[in-house]
Amino acid sequence: MAEIPAALLLLADARLPAGGHAHSGGLEPAVAAHAVTDLADLRDFLHGRLATTGLTGAALAAAACAYAAAYAPDADIPPSGDGSAGGRRGWRGLDAEADARTPSPAQRRASRAQGRSLARAARATWSHPGLDALAAEVRAPHHPLVLGAAAAAAGGTPRQAAAVAAYGAAAGPASAAVRLLGLDPLDVHRVLADLAARMDEVADEAAAAAAGGWDALPAPSAPLLDLLAEAHVRAGLRLFES
Amino acid sequence: MGAHHDHDPHEAAPPAGRALRLGIGGPVGSGKTALTAALCRALRDEYALAVVTNDIYTTEDADFLRRAAVLPDDRITAVRTGCCPHTAIRDDISANLDAVEDLQARHGRLDLVLVESGGDNLTALFSRGLADLQIFVLDAAGGDDVPRKGGPGVAQADLLVINKTDLAPLAGSDVARMERDALRVRGGKPVALTSLRERPDAPEVAAWVRGALRRARGAAAAAP
Ligand SMILES: Nc1nc2c(ncn2[C@@H]2O[C@H](COP(=O)(O)OP(=O)(O)O)[C@@H](O)[C@H]2O)c(=O)[nH]1
Ligand SMILES: [Mg+2]
Repeated sequence: MAEIPAALLLLADARLPAGGHAHSGGLEPAVAAHAVTDLADLRDFLHGRLATTGLTGAALAAAACAYAAAYAPDADIPPSGDGSAGGRRGWRGLDAEADARTPSPAQRRASRAQGRSLARAARATWSHPGLDALAAEVRAPHHPLVLGAAAAAAGGTPRQAAAVAAYGAAAGPASAAVRLLGLDPLDVHRVLADLAARMDEVADEAAAAAAGGWDALPAPSAPLLDLLAEAHVRAGLRLFES
Repeated sequence: MGAHHDHDPHEAAPPAGRALRLGIGGPVGSGKTALTAALCRALRDEYALAVVTNDIYTTEDADFLRRAAVLPDDRITAVRTGCCPHTAIRDDISANLDAVEDLQARHGRLDLVLVESGGDNLTALFSRGLADLQIFVLDAAGGDDVPRKGGPGVAQADLLVINKTDLAPLAGSDVARMERDALRVRGGKPVALTSLRERPDAPEVAAWVRGALRRARGAAAAAP
């Protein structure tokens, strides 16, 4: 793979002030339901999340990165869009694709809340016409769109945007597990390291899919995660937003 | 109020056109929510107010403030912090900024937004990106050596409130010493002694906030 621009490391870093620390990626309700109680459960949970919403988000991020990159000063403005026949659906079109792939209203809200926060952080960090266009067209865009556009702003490729998304899909809930279950952080990082090859596969698959039209982006979902997300917003005890 | 100077030359003014954002931090149980309620009662008829709470558990603080009816429900918002109350007010303020922006969008002009942090340890401090001014609340019965030890909140807050003075004798705390130590580590920045049990409206703190609001307005009016 090409060298990683250091700017992209900023985007992947959990210290990026974009609100991620308050989202558990469905882990908090899974813990509340006793579905995740130990390290082995966490491994399974992360594996499942990566294969479902992880892939969906990574593909959306890759598509967004490619789309945002087309706004660069030396590219066609406005970009011709979604790669599908005759499409000029703009950022709203891609945002609608994300909605269609996020059946749970609670998860939609969580994705938009994180997208809004990431847009704030990314636009304070980089200036990029694709990122600006996204913020102008969609008030609180879905998180993977902002991630993809920010990756473009940071000089990353769609494949790298997908990798950052896949990494975040696992690393976010893993960090929440340390906080909620008191798991050994060294053990949890070993689990993440064991998943790294899977993250790369997911990023490959996502980037390949994103090279086609937006309509054909992958849409695997996890009904249990959807249900847990809905249960979570009704729970009395909630430490995380999602 | 035990202030050596009656104004703080470093006091921040909010950019013109937006509310003054006042952070209220301090350890769990020191009286942050009680002070937030007191300020709402004291100031709500003079100023357009809203509150953001950051309780680590559920929405306790927001629910308490709603039950106490210190403000209409839609002026109180709760933010969840993923077990990291200090992160949400210092390292990554995005959820709090979004909450403040939403309140502002919903209510138009606001004069003052109070942001109550989740209870934390003595190292907690509000980012200047979130709070223009901050109050740190200590419990007088929680150990009278705390002001001497200092820490960012105790030393740097724009106002230090030593609350629950009514309990100090029971806990064997020497409040005069706490005040002396606090003034020393704070380089003369103001310290207020309160008992929200005996004087639930915290008049001295409300007066300090009024002064800050007047100065913020003055600064906004003087801005080109
Ligand atoms: N005796 C006494 N109790 C107080 C005082 N201020 C607050 N409390 C009580 O202390 C408890 C914690 O107060 P709260 O405002 O919820 O603290 P927070 O965790 O900092 O928000 C509550 O039961 C309050 O009623 C005070 O000045 N004196
Ligand atoms: Mg409280």
